[in-house]
Amino acid sequence: MSYQPRNARSHQLLRLNLAPWRMATVGGLLLGGLVLVAGRAFYLQGLNTDYLQGKGDAVANRNLSLPTHRGQVADRHGQLLAISTPVESLWARPAELKLNSEQHAHLAKVLGMSPPELTKKLAHKTRGEFAIRRPVTPEQAARIAAMGTPGLYLRREFRRYYPAGEVAAHVVGFTNVDDLGQEGVERAYQDWLAGREGERRIMRDRRGNTIRDLAPIKTAQMGGNLALALDLKIQYLAHRELAAAIKQHKAKGGSVVVLDAKTGEILALANQPNFNPNNRRNYKPEPMRNRAVIDTFEPGSTIKPFVAAAVLERGLFHPDSVIDTPETWRVGTKLVRDVHPHPRMTVTEIIQKSSNVGAVKMAMSLTPQQYWDVLHRSGFGELPGSGFPGESAGRLRDAGSWKPVEHATMAYGYGLSVSLLQLTRAYMAFANDGEVMPLSFLRREPQEVAGERVFSPSVAREVRAMMEAVTQEGGTGQRTRVPGYRVAGKTGTAHKLVNGRYAPDRYLSSFIGMAPASNPRLIIGVAIDEPSDGVYYGGSVAGPVFAQVMAASLRQLALPPDAPETATRVTQDAPAVTAPTVVARVGGGM
Amino acid sequence: MSRLSVILALVLVVCALAVIQAQHRARTYFVELERLKKEARALDEQWGQLQLEQSTWANPARVDTLARTQLGLVAPPQERIHVETLVNPGE
Repeated sequence: MSYQPRNARSHQLLRLNLAPWRMATVGGLLLGGLVLVAGRAFYLQGLNTDYLQGKGDAVANRNLSLPTHRGQVADRHGQLLAISTPVESLWARPAELKLNSEQHAHLAKVLGMSPPELTKKLAHKTRGEFAIRRPVTPEQAARIAAMGTPGLYLRREFRRYYPAGEVAAHVVGFTNVDDLGQEGVERAYQDWLAGREGERRIMRDRRGNTIRDLAPIKTAQMGGNLALALDLKIQYLAHRELAAAIKQHKAKGGSVVVLDAKTGEILALANQPNFNPNNRRNYKPEPMRNRAVIDTFEPGSTIKPFVAAAVLERGLFHPDSVIDTPETWRVGTKLVRDVHPHPRMTVTEIIQKSSNVGAVKMAMSLTPQQYWDVLHRSGFGELPGSGFPGESAGRLRDAGSWKPVEHATMAYGYGLSVSLLQLTRAYMAFANDGEVMPLSFLRREPQEVAGERVFSPSVAREVRAMMEAVTQEGGTGQRTRVPGYRVAGKTGTAHKLVNGRYAPDRYLSSFIGMAPASNPRLIIGVAIDEPSDGVYYGGSVAGPVFAQVMAASLRQLALPPDAPETATRVTQDAPAVTAPTVVARVGGGM
Repeated sequence: MSRLSVILALVLVVCALAVIQAQHRARTYFVELERLKKEARALDEQWGQLQLEQSTWANPARVDTLARTQLGLVAPPQERIHVETLVNPGE
């Protein structure tokens, strides 16, 4: 055996070198090391684990907020009126920002400003971060990102856009920088439109991929969308015609309201002056006010159809009853005067020619309570209920407090106040055979609504026939005619109250009308505040606006003409065709 | 007895490998899901921007101006409108 001697020799060697103290030293050192390592491990794993685990989680785990955005607002046909869309904005952290002159010049060029301008912009003393430009265009964003300059970064934000701009500004309203609705529908439906941010806790790997969810996801709730009753095309027409009239008559302001007589939907609502909701810089409160809903005025002669309805309802007069109407008529200390006097008029003629004396005589045949009752039922002095923020109820004093003079002036629209929306809504009773539908800024289906009966169908039709006479020969509203259609309405020209006195030269000219008169579908109210080019009669100032908007809206809705003879011309008589002829088809059997 | 242990040990190994495989697949799918969610969000935002663009082009004020100036369109005068009455349509 060859290994025997070698083994014996090594054995001998070991034995030779082993001394007990050395063994103890080595053993002790090893043991000491072991205790040290075990102690450290125990310290890390057992005592200090929370802190270390936290550090580890901080590297791998993240809380993400799930972004949400505000819902869209669209008109009844889905045309956008307000939308939130992400934009990039350029921010700077001054502490890290180091731009050499070349980069500085490049950035200035990208932003389209001169280098000194940029220097001024960057010379912020703030310690944190500040926005250089919000928002930047996508092209600018791409070029800035390509620069890769430290201290400059892009931040993603949602911004609210209003594609219709000033056309629908008062109805839609706007939001502030924090995305909170400030005016209009944006404010009224804030809770519905605003989304709720979600949250999730995730684990990430080294490359930044999300590996798994650590907690149940709190889903982000997107903001709800809204479909308004508004018809953007009609809204645009109303806006355009109103703006033209305000300019032509050098008026202080004005409003147009277009209602669907069958459903109570607000198809258009325009005011002048107005504002552009996309431009957040120069917000002034004056043009932002929705005059048609918030401002009240004394209705003047537009109240007279309600007087007529009140006396017809009680059987005191018939449309053809003849009333003596002297030029002036004294009630207490007040002398009521007619502008175009006729000695004797029928009730229809009183409405047609807007006789104050006639209206007063009719109203005085009622008790104050009876007249108040009709006005109250028609919605005067009550909130119109459109849900619009800041909507006003107007003023209708309690019948018990009326003096005879007030009873008389109330017959031609002084001593009470209404908003244009409220007044137009009240006319729905005449348009809709006595029923008033609740107003709505939101689109709704006809079967969803139940109306409120104000007058009997026969009274409503009789008053409507009187109002149709207004637009015919001898009436005050001849400039409100719409070719092809029968129109019913009432003019109003009211002196404005200035410092407690009626100003002789300041007027509020109005016209409320409906068409087609045989079965009205649309009601349009127009009010022009202080026309100052010499023309001030409601029929001449507000009337043409009404006619233009009504004609275009009827065409827009493709409603069949109910007086085609005023628009038709026999085909053979037509001159040689130089432009395409528009053919409107009228459904007969359907 | 020891034979059973060996079989069980093998089954255990197979199961362990399957768990690893499943976990890996889960992560891959999860990453894919995340990517698609991100894409969906991006597409949603793009859709919003396109809608905005569309409504800016289709703005009635713009259409009105273009129709009048570039295309020379006018609302037809009354005498050029002919109203036809359909009697019993569909017969």
